[in-house]
Order: sequence, then C-alpha cells, then structure tokens
Amino acid sequence: MVETLTMVFSLRFSSLSLPPHNTITLYTLPHVPNHRLRSTSNVSPPSSTLLIKHSLCPCAAPTQQQHLLVPEEEEEEEELKCINEAPSLENDSLPPGLRRECMPRHVAVIMDGNRRWARLRDLPVGSGYEAGVKSLKTLIELCCKWGIRVLTVFAFSTDNWFRPKVEVEFLMSLFEGGVKDGMGSSLRENIRISVIGDISKLPKSLEELIINVEESTKNNSQFQLIVAVSYSGRYDLVQACQRIAMKVKDGIIELNDVNESLIEQDLETNCTDFPYPDLLIRTSGELRISNFMLWQLAYTELFFAQSLWPDFGEADFLEALQSFQRRWRRYGE
Amino acid sequence: MSSGSTLGVGSALHSFLVFQMEKSNCSRARQILDSLVSFLRKFIFRILSMGPLPNHIAFIMDGNRRYAKKLNLIDGAGHKVGFLAVTSMLKFCYELGVRNVTIYAFSIDNFKRSPEEVQSLMELMQEKIEGLIKDESIVNCYGVRVYFVGNLKLLSEPVRLAAERAMLATAKNSKAVLSICVAYTSTNEIVNAVEESVEEKWNQITVLEASGAGYGLIKLGGIEHHESEPLIKLVDIEKHMYMAVAPDPDIIIRTSGEARLSNFLLWQSAFCYLYSPSVLWPEIGLRHFLWAILNFQRHHSYLNKKGEQLQHLLQDGF
Repeated sequence: MVETLTMVFSLRFSSLSLPPHNTITLYTLPHVPNHRLRSTSNVSPPSSTLLIKHSLCPCAAPTQQQHLLVPEEEEEEEELKCINEAPSLENDSLPPGLRRECMPRHVAVIMDGNRRWARLRDLPVGSGYEAGVKSLKTLIELCCKWGIRVLTVFAFSTDNWFRPKVEVEFLMSLFEGGVKDGMGSSLRENIRISVIGDISKLPKSLEELIINVEESTKNNSQFQLIVAVSYSGRYDLVQACQRIAMKVKDGIIELNDVNESLIEQDLETNCTDFPYPDLLIRTSGELRISNFMLWQLAYTELFFAQSLWPDFGEADFLEALQSFQRRWRRYGE
Repeated sequence: MSSGSTLGVGSALHSFLVFQMEKSNCSRARQILDSLVSFLRKFIFRILSMGPLPNHIAFIMDGNRRYAKKLNLIDGAGHKVGFLAVTSMLKFCYELGVRNVTIYAFSIDNFKRSPEEVQSLMELMQEKIEGLIKDESIVNCYGVRVYFVGNLKLLSEPVRLAAERAMLATAKNSKAVLSICVAYTSTNEIVNAVEESVEEKWNQITVLEASGAGYGLIKLGGIEHHESEPLIKLVDIEKHMYMAVAPDPDIIIRTSGEARLSNFLLWQSAFCYLYSPSVLWPEIGLRHFLWAILNFQRHHSYLNKKGEQLQHLLQDGF
C-alpha cells in the first residue's frame, strides 16, 4: 500500500506532452458514447444504471455489438459535447499492440510495495517512497500520452493511520511540500487534481492546501488525477449514506427515491465524469482490493502485477493495458 | 505442483471412472475407488487443518456456457454439469471445516440474457432447490442452513416459493451455512441496506419526536458537524445487508480466468483474497481448491492484522 502523498504533488509536469485539442476522437466506442442499454429480451430486466457508466469495448465483447445500443434523444446533445471535449490522440502516440478504441477511460492503481522495495535494497523506507514518486510520474505521463482521461491512485488508506506515528507524520509533511510544488505545474499543464477521502483527519494546513489545489485546478479538463487520501471504500459508502439520510430528513428526497444513481451522486468520486474505473492495477503481487473503491469497482477489470510499485514502468503498464484489451466484458450477459 | 497434478489426474480419473462405472452398474469397484479417493482427500484436509482455515469461501461460477461450447453440448447442459461442480466444492468445503460458503448463482444482470436461457436457468434452479430439501441432499448430510440472498421479488413465483420452502426446511440446521445469491447484485444489496438504515433511523426519530424526547437526536448533524454522532454508521448499513447472515468472505474464487467481481460482494470483499484460476467452472477440481486454501494460509497473518484494524475503526464510530 502506497502512502506516498508527496509523490503526487512534487511531480514536475513540464515534461508531459499532452495531445492537442484540435481534432475529435472517440475513446471507447466507435459510435457515440454513453448509450443507454436496452435489452433485446422479452423479459423486462431490472436495469443497473452502473452499466451505463462503464465503457464498452466492442473489440473485447462481440456479443455487446449485437446488443441494442439506442441513443436517447435527450442525450444527443450531451454526447456531442462529450465528443467535442474528448482530447485527441495522435495516430502514432500509442505503442504497437494497443488499440485506440479499446483504451480504458479511467485507470485506478493501488501502488503497493514501496517499503518492500526499500527493505530488499537495505535502504530506508523514505527511499522506497522516492522511487515510488518516479513510477507515478512515469504513469501520469503515459496516461496523458495515451489518452487515458482519469487516473485514481490509492495513496493513503484509513488503515494506514495505524502505521507508526513517525512514519505517518513524515508522510504528511512530505505531502504538504509536494502540494505546494505541484500546484503551479498542474495549472500549466491543464491537469485537474482532486482528492477523495476523509481529509478532516489530516493536519489543518494540509487540508487547506488540498482545498486550494482542488479549487484552482477544477476547470482543467485534459486529464484528471484523483488521489485517494485517508480513504476507504466502505467509508465512501457510509458518507454517501449519511448524505442521503440528511436529504431524506430534510425532505429533499423521499425514501423511495433511493437508488443506485443517487448513491453514485453522493460518493466521493462525484468529482469526475468517469467515476468507474475500467481497469484496476495492483502491484507487488497482492491479490486483494484492500478497501479501495468498492462500489465503483463493480465491473472493473482487475490486473495484479508482480512488480513492486517502484519497479512498475512502461512495460508493466503496457502489459496491463494489453491484458485489459484482451478481456471479454459481458456485464452479466 | 506434482502433488497437485497427481491429485488432478486422480480426480479426473475418478470422474471418468465414476461415469463409466455407473453405466455398467459396477457398483462395487466404484465403492472401492470412492473410498480410496475419499481417504486420500480427508488425509490432505487433516494436514491442512493444522494451519488456519478460511471461515467463508465464495464462488463466482463462471464458464458453464464456454464449457458446453467446448464440448459441443446442447444449450443448458453446461449449467447442469456445473451443478455437479457445485456439489463437489460444497463437499470439499464442509469436509475441510469451512463453515460458510456463498455461491453466485444468478445475477440481476443475467436477466438480460435470452428469454430461453433465463427460463432454462430458472427451471434448473427450481429443480435443484427442491433437491436440497430431500433428506439425502448434501445440505442435510452436513447440517447446512441455506439462505437465498438477493432481491427475491424479481424471481418467478415457483422459484421464489421453492427458495422459501428450502430456507424453512433447513432452518434447524446449524453446523454450516450456504448462501445462494440469486437475483443479486451487490449494488442492489447496498441500495436496499441504505434504504432500510435510513428508514430505521427515520422511524426512531419520528417515534422520539412524538414522545417529545427526540429534539436532541434531531439536532444530530452529519458529516459537517464532527463533534456530533453521525446519523448512520457503518454497522447500521452492515446489519441490513442481505449477506449479514455470514461473515465477510476470506476467499473469492472466480473461475474461467476472468479477474473481476461483476457486482458480487463488493462491500464484503474489501480485504479478502481473490483467486481467479483459468479453469472453467464445470472443470474445477480438488487441486484448485487446495491451491486457494494454501494461498489463504500464506496470507493469513496479513488478514488477521486487517481484521484487528477494522475493529478499531468500528470502535471509533466509523
């Protein structure tokens, strides 16, 4: 589990080359995205609104192409807006072996293995975190270059508060320094930074910094980096439930109105248009989710890499994306 | 893993020989073979029991249709063979001493399949559910209480009634638990739990308001008042989950090589070990089961630590 908050905000984005705005390219479907799914079956199935939000890769799911994809009239305007806003990819920006139309929109990463990496080299734990910073920088560059719109990283979980106090304090101070450094870079490179998690548990100065960086980058639209700090999937659901309870108490909604959409709107990932990761990568060989986004991972393809996080590079990311593109996503069909 | 391949060959040989022997009514030879394989399996389980054992294993039974296609079987035959794999896995779990087993039998998303397939699956489920109630069924042999977990209102009436009868008939069993997820998705389960939690709190507040003692509670803030107790806590949601009948799974096994949860036990899988062998569900055997157990034992100390941390979080009112 990577707790290296500082890595996010100490990144130097100046070396990133973001794709130009002047062409229109679709990422997930060759057709207009965000279609509503309508079943061909005569049985009226209860629909899961989650399915609408997940990208459908026609390459990976031949049966999905036979499925009726009927755009709702009222969504056409929104769909056109989506097309126009989608950043384009240069033809040669993807490495061989990757298909542009099957690239994930949202990738999530559990950056595990920094401390083990340091221990294996008889280095202090801090060296592991520094090496992890470089890996994250590489990953962000690749995501921007290859057209991935959102990257969520699990930086610090609620469980990590149980780490030794000295280690936690060290990380908090590194993070604070990193936020200050990274703010200017994000503005220059049109990167939006969002933080999810219970930031009230962080030192006050850090909490204010985070609020500032979120506010100052909120209009950036090329790429969004979501950092999960003091976050747990269960905490996310509980706080969404608390919000809903308040809305019912205040008469804003009825109890019967509670559905999947409503919960999705109150989850912390409501800071992005693409709250559901298409691909989750966990490094260091651990085969578990560790209380990361639980609701949001309902249909996410999971990829477990053996490399420790500081060793996770372009080749490993390419392997993960190739594995993703080979998957057959059926969504229950 | 040579012992694993030996066991794999052994179990495949066993299956093949069982099939042949049944046709030729060679019951004595079958009994001897059954006894030999059973003895070997129990010996291995006895050794495994010296280490930590999972309390709850969940299965996503993926690959039945691909199995049928692979063997050129008629539509629906894959699921029938898949049911044999279910009984094998249940036998292994309960023999080893795993108290809770959950199987993902039918997702709400599966209603999107063709009407013929849905109908065929419903008929198969009804037939197998009615089989559970019989005295000689596996659940009665091992004292298993059966729960049908999901939005049962979505099922056709004959299936729903059969499920309710099975739950009633096995209510007195107490040695182990089998949770069969039908018409289930985790998000649907969470929505239901949230609704019930909110309704329960709302009723409590309304009752207290009526008695004149509720003013203090109504002032409870939510997330914006940190010093106040939150309206809904984690334990409130958990107790309203359909899967509150069992503890969180220690292992989730998904066959056919797909590595995703497909809206299964999202809440409950927060810390569990995810194992996705490439074998298709009807082909799953003892060696895959043993491999899952061995890997669980390897990571057990990590799981214990996480369990303790979670307890601390719960005590802190999270």
